[in-house]
Amino acid sequence: MTLSGEVVVVNKLDGFLSFQQQALALRAKRQQVLAGNIANADTPNYKARDFDFQATLQQTLAGRQESAIALATTSPRHLAGTDGSAVPTLGYRQPVQASADGNTVEMDVERTQFAENAFYYEAGLTFITNKIKSMLSAVQGQ
Amino acid sequence: MSLFNTFQVAGSAMTAQSIRLNAVASNLANADSVVSSDGQPYRAKQVVFTATPMGSAAAQGVRVTQVVEDSSPGRMVYDPRSPVADEKGYVTMPNVNVVEEMTNMISASRSYQTNVEVMNTAKQLLLKTLTLGQ
Repeated sequence: MTLSGEVVVVNKLDGFLSFQQQALALRAKRQQVLAGNIANADTPNYKARDFDFQATLQQTLAGRQESAIALATTSPRHLAGTDGSAVPTLGYRQPVQASADGNTVEMDVERTQFAENAFYYEAGLTFITNKIKSMLSAVQGQ
Repeated sequence: MSLFNTFQVAGSAMTAQSIRLNAVASNLANADSVVSSDGQPYRAKQVVFTATPMGSAAAQGVRVTQVVEDSSPGRMVYDPRSPVADEKGYVTMPNVNVVEEMTNMISASRSYQTNVEVMNTAKQLLLKTLTLGQ
């Protein structure tokens, strides 16, 4: 295989998995934010934070994240990409029943979101695994 | 890897809750200590939680910034035979509210459990990530 052929294959593999990879990285970020909310359930005046997963993923895919730093490519064999440090814009959760100490963490909401996010993370892992498997079977050609 | 930050966040909460539980244990144990190390009746101790960034700004952990003494007055008990009774026969007891401390204990223990679950979930996700593509 020629050099340019290799690059094309690698770029295609990268593009094939990059959507799932971005989604998984964002899921991990969200898991971290939600863990912070649960950890601060008893901290006075703590405001529960979260971000819009769908909007953030769309922004990340469109490359409109100002904070993401693009990698410099100085050789045709380099892969294009960002440093993966897409920083989601965090918002504050609207509490249904605000507590007297100014804390807006509602354990039922946070735990539901946490479980849901963990589920989607695992789903993302399954998707990637299946994609890798189908790619492998295509490469092996058996 | 953001999921490792989740460990730190949940871990900081577990530490904070165990400090709170320690304060509760101290308060309950000394609910009847009319003389503490400084010669005064024991005063209830309360912990102060503060959110603190862990690794990145998005991950807010928690830590105990200070342990304050409850300034409310102690309850007065009439016991003229006690060696620490004042001239009217009253003894100043600690200002520990046992009912409040019990609810504090339950709350701390529940929060601790929740954070253990958070940590378990993060661990499970990380282990699954390690087997990616297999």
